[in-house]
Amino acid sequence: MLAVPIQALFGQLLIGLINGSFYALLSLGLAIIFGLLNVINFCHGALYMLGAFVAWFLLEKAGIGYWPALILAPLAVGMIGVLIERTLLRRISGLDPLYGLLLTFGLALILQGLFSNWFGSSGMPYEMPSQLLGGQALGFMFLPNYRVWVIAISLVLCLGTWAVIEGTRLGSWLRAATENAPLVSAFGINVPRMVTITYAFGVGLAALGGVLAAPIYRVSPLMGADLIIVVFAVVVIGGMGSILGSIVTGFILGILEGLTKVFYPEASNTVIFVVMAIVLLVRPAGLFGKQT
Amino acid sequence: MNARIALLLALALPFSASAEITGKVIKIGVLNDQSGLYADLAGAGSVMAAKMAAEDSGGKIGDATIEVIFADHQNKPDVGSNIARQWYDVDGVDVIVDVPTSSVALAVSQITREKNKVFLGSSPGTSDLTGKACSPNTIHWTYDTYALAHTTGSAVVQTGGDTWFFLTADYAFGQALERDTAAVVTSSGGKVLGSVKHPLNTTDFSSFLLQAQSSKAKVIGLANAGGDTINSIKAAAEFGIVRGGQKLAGLLVFLSDIHSLGLSTAQGLFVSESFYWDRDDKTRAFSKRYAQRMNGRMPTMAQAGVYSAVLHYLKAVKALKSDSDGRAVVEQMKKTPTDDPVFGKGSIRQDGRKLHPMYLYEVKKPSESKGPWDYYNLVKEVPPDQAFRPLDKGECPLVTAQK
Repeated sequence: MLAVPIQALFGQLLIGLINGSFYALLSLGLAIIFGLLNVINFCHGALYMLGAFVAWFLLEKAGIGYWPALILAPLAVGMIGVLIERTLLRRISGLDPLYGLLLTFGLALILQGLFSNWFGSSGMPYEMPSQLLGGQALGFMFLPNYRVWVIAISLVLCLGTWAVIEGTRLGSWLRAATENAPLVSAFGINVPRMVTITYAFGVGLAALGGVLAAPIYRVSPLMGADLIIVVFAVVVIGGMGSILGSIVTGFILGILEGLTKVFYPEASNTVIFVVMAIVLLVRPAGLFGKQT
Repeated sequence: MNARIALLLALALPFSASAEITGKVIKIGVLNDQSGLYADLAGAGSVMAAKMAAEDSGGKIGDATIEVIFADHQNKPDVGSNIARQWYDVDGVDVIVDVPTSSVALAVSQITREKNKVFLGSSPGTSDLTGKACSPNTIHWTYDTYALAHTTGSAVVQTGGDTWFFLTADYAFGQALERDTAAVVTSSGGKVLGSVKHPLNTTDFSSFLLQAQSSKAKVIGLANAGGDTINSIKAAAEFGIVRGGQKLAGLLVFLSDIHSLGLSTAQGLFVSESFYWDRDDKTRAFSKRYAQRMNGRMPTMAQAGVYSAVLHYLKAVKALKSDSDGRAVVEQMKKTPTDDPVFGKGSIRQDGRKLHPMYLYEVKKPSESKGPWDYYNLVKEVPPDQAFRPLDKGECPLVTAQK
């Protein structure tokens, strides 16, 4: 197995990058939410699943296809996010992050349980949009067009979000509120509204990830639960709340996982946690976190 | 002194309870995956099937009622073992049925033997349950890895697929399925070029499929099940594996998997089943009754197997008028030929193997299907003596000891 031809290795690296782009998209949302709300949003995976289900409902019940769903599903889930933030998370703001973790974990279990009950666990198929069918023969592998699209859109979104947070006035408010919320509100900025919008945006990103994943995998109640633990590891490795850290780590760990699938496939679902343990030992605040 | 008396009493208890129905209730425990990747092929459907079998047996035997309980073993052997012990020791369960995930099934079979109860395995695959790990308290009902290998596996080899690469779920079931299928391939003159073992419950198979692709094998054998098989087949379609000339052999595919994949992805796939709802009038009648109570879902062979197994178990208890000695109940079940509306006539062998024909189906094209759940065309029927491993080849101690 060690004599892997260099060309096959390229293929595996590319696949790792594709999975990494899902990790990046989800951990980005988590990092933003943790940064501003100090909430470890455990229902992120469930909302990712919800995004896929909204897309499925739109197609089955209203005949609305993939492209509109790409906008509509994140909006719908974003609205649910507003509801969650306003009615639940706001009540526990300022408390230990553990409360937020438990609350959102409970929410995740409820959502997954309800959907498993209604739809079963093996999920429903979701057709790939016809514009993205087929793929490119690269010589060393066959690259499906849809996967290229996934890498592209997640790169654009990740870099765009990073640019907004680092380079615009809105972003500077956000960063300032993360550091010292009372001071920012003293400058006349509506911090509670900013918190709501941030949460909605974060879970909207998760929903978008769900829509992107629907044609590749299935629309299944467990799709989020399978992914969320890995994504949390990504956030921890990258450094809790570090935006750039979560993006970069997402892609790197996708690649690392891909390589493990070649050299020692049995360990492919544990390698990320091994890395997490090592990083926590050596740099407890994560690779990109502020060491205090 | 008191402790000694208690011990003596405890030793005497099983004897005083013999030859009657313990606790005036026949308690059937359905132990399976209620929430994970095998929940649709077994799960709540198996519980419903057991309940239907209890109702169809009259709901009572003498003045003892029949009760069905269930639990979620989460596909983890430790969780499953704990539940089995709790059920047998505390809750008075007489028989455990279903138990998908071979690693859990092997553990439950061991515990059942220790406690002298009954285990009726419908969903587990590993042929070791009636081989090296066979038990006088266990019956393996619906299918096993040997039967899958000799139905789907040999059909694929016969159509020219003589070089294989396996994608194998990394636990007891996947390994047994790969072993049994590889034996079919090599004994028909074919070659196994390699295999990759993936963790149970994997989302992304593209990396493994790429390895299978570069092996240049004609056939990629999927030695996995449930959600893992669905994900493998979807990724293979997306990465152009089939268009590139390689063939997929889904060695264990359930009806619920096809439902989830959709016919446009699954068409043309060979499937081995011991039960398909649309086989004859009796299976249709049973499945219709089942579907009415399960939101229109048709039963898989695993769920139908639970119905058939529980029905036969209750017949044996009725004949013995006792459920207290698990070994005696199983012996009675083996003595009586089986006959029920879902599997037809059959028998149970000394090693615990239930015998019935296996059927090779091909998944219909979307244009051929008349609607939801109309998915299969029959290719051929494989008689039990060809589908299942010969009695003397399994190394089952129960068989070898008799000689």
